[in-house]
Amino acid sequence: MSTLVLLSLTGLGLGALYFLVASGLSLIFGLADVLNFAHGLFLSVGAYGTWWAADRLGLGFVPAAAVGVGLGALAAVLVELLLIRPLYARPIDQVLVTVGLSLAGVALLQAGFGADPVTFPKPAWTEETTTVLGATVPNDRFLLIGVALAVLALLQLFLHRTRFGLIVRAGVEDRAMVTALGINVRIAFTVVFAIGGAAAALGGVLAGVYYGDVSPGQGTSLLIFAFIVVVIGGMGSVAGSALAAVVVGLVQQFTSYYAAAGVGEASVVLVLAMVLLARPGGLTGRTA
Amino acid sequence: MTKSAVLTSPAQTDPPAAAPAPRRRQLLRRALPLALLVVLAILPYSTLDLPALLPGPVNSPGSLQLLGVCLVFAGLAATYDLLFGHTGLLSFGHALYVVLGSYTVNIAVTKGGFGLPAALALTVLVGLVVPALLGALALRVRGIAFAMVTLAMAQVAAIAVASDPGRLTGGEEGLSLLPSAIPDFLAGIDNTAHLYWLALAYLVLVAGAIGWLVDSEPGRVWAAIRENEQRVAVLGLQPYRFQLLAFVIASFLAALGGMVHLFLMGGSSPQITTSSFTLGFLLMVVLGGAGTRWGAVVGGILYAYLDHRLGALGTSEAVAGLPGFLRAPLSEPLFVLGALFIAVVYFLPGGLSGLSTRIRGDGR
Repeated sequence: MSTLVLLSLTGLGLGALYFLVASGLSLIFGLADVLNFAHGLFLSVGAYGTWWAADRLGLGFVPAAAVGVGLGALAAVLVELLLIRPLYARPIDQVLVTVGLSLAGVALLQAGFGADPVTFPKPAWTEETTTVLGATVPNDRFLLIGVALAVLALLQLFLHRTRFGLIVRAGVEDRAMVTALGINVRIAFTVVFAIGGAAAALGGVLAGVYYGDVSPGQGTSLLIFAFIVVVIGGMGSVAGSALAAVVVGLVQQFTSYYAAAGVGEASVVLVLAMVLLARPGGLTGRTA
Repeated sequence: MTKSAVLTSPAQTDPPAAAPAPRRRQLLRRALPLALLVVLAILPYSTLDLPALLPGPVNSPGSLQLLGVCLVFAGLAATYDLLFGHTGLLSFGHALYVVLGSYTVNIAVTKGGFGLPAALALTVLVGLVVPALLGALALRVRGIAFAMVTLAMAQVAAIAVASDPGRLTGGEEGLSLLPSAIPDFLAGIDNTAHLYWLALAYLVLVAGAIGWLVDSEPGRVWAAIRENEQRVAVLGLQPYRFQLLAFVIASFLAALGGMVHLFLMGGSSPQITTSSFTLGFLLMVVLGGAGTRWGAVVGGILYAYLDHRLGALGTSEAVAGLPGFLRAPLSEPLFVLGALFIAVVYFLPGGLSGLSTRIRGDGR
């Protein structure tokens, strides 16, 4: 029983991480049709920004994380304005540019901070444990799940209760129509990039807490799982991403524990294959 | 030949100028690759020393290995271009089949006790069956979703290799090829020239096969799918079957490339499973010019060369004199390649072969 609880909470924590990366990815893809390979870079910017602020500026964990998230959002806005915006008429080229950016960005991080992982400044209380239903659970799991739930709630509030959210939702549905009605969708693109970048950077901070260190390649490997989550959840759907992130996190944890290390990742791809065979549009049934 | 030129070269869509000029160009188009091939074939006899460009004289083992790697990458880029440039399939998992070729031969020989011919035969079989299965699945989705699914599959291969199941793959260390299994004419540092010729033969095989295929009937359907998949379906052909055909052929040729890579490097390294390696194919093809006759080959050579030589450049004296904030990024080959790639996407649509077409167009 205690193993089940621990595995479930760890799986949910991992799912929370995936959700933070996937939600922005999904919104950006749904609205702007950009498959953003540079999203892993935003994550790394958040993680390294936090590490830098805590290590070099001597800030506490929360202000340092705020610096990291701010830098991630800034990076996302700059990428959108400078690199993606001129290419909205050329969707394949956008993908190519973000691919180039992700490779160059990882190399740049490696040049700046070294290829070896740096130790992440996690707050002391995340190293302690809490006993839940007989299971000893590290506190960082609760942090991950709590933050992801808060981000999900905020995103839903933004999408369903604000005027901007309405424009974003309408744009995901039919961008040409929204443009034809005289609404400037381009600003919504920038906003979605900023939100996605901030969420990914927050994911980077939490990944630092979860894994205990940060390395240049971390963003890319998390990004691949975020891609899987986006495809399973249905592109453009935040709720779908949340559901798929939970499924992927749990499947990965349980199969890793009961089978072998490597099998967890393979079974995630198996889930992806099954979903695609049954519902090519993803769980929420939207066609991409 | 004329038909293929119309299909592949935008230059030919220009109004027919003076008649003799195109004929001369057509002759050049045939003669130039042949002349280049002859030059490439006799390179191991050259003792030319290009200190800045190569690690030693042209016929030194180090230089020949570098050149061989460039040729293998050129061939691999051409196989990727069959998917991306000729059929319009954006795959991010092409490295999986290189891994398949390299590791299947290596594991069969080094761990399974197979003889080399049996291992090669096994790999040919695996190189046909696995792409057929995975392709059949991945091609159920279109466009971006296809790209993500192929990426996920390649990632599974990367994790499988890294986790070293049953101590078969050697994990992060990689797996050296059993020395006694290497045929005599490929073994040892003195025979690097033979490895180089093997790489050259692979490139010729791939370039020839793809050149022939894109001119064949399925090749024209591939081009049509790239332009407008829906229309092909409306015309009564099944895009799925043709895409699967392209996928299997490209992956099979990539698996052959993996074998050549194995012999050239003397082992399998997990470096060929990384996501930057699989994304690298896209860079090569776009740098050179997607869907053109020689673009992918040129891009593959350029990419492999820069990838291997920029590391040396980073430690060279020219760069050492620069301030730190410039020196550090320049010593990262992927930073330079990524930046170059973004510049090409922005300023040189059509890649390097597009550039040559443009220059020729202006020169007339």
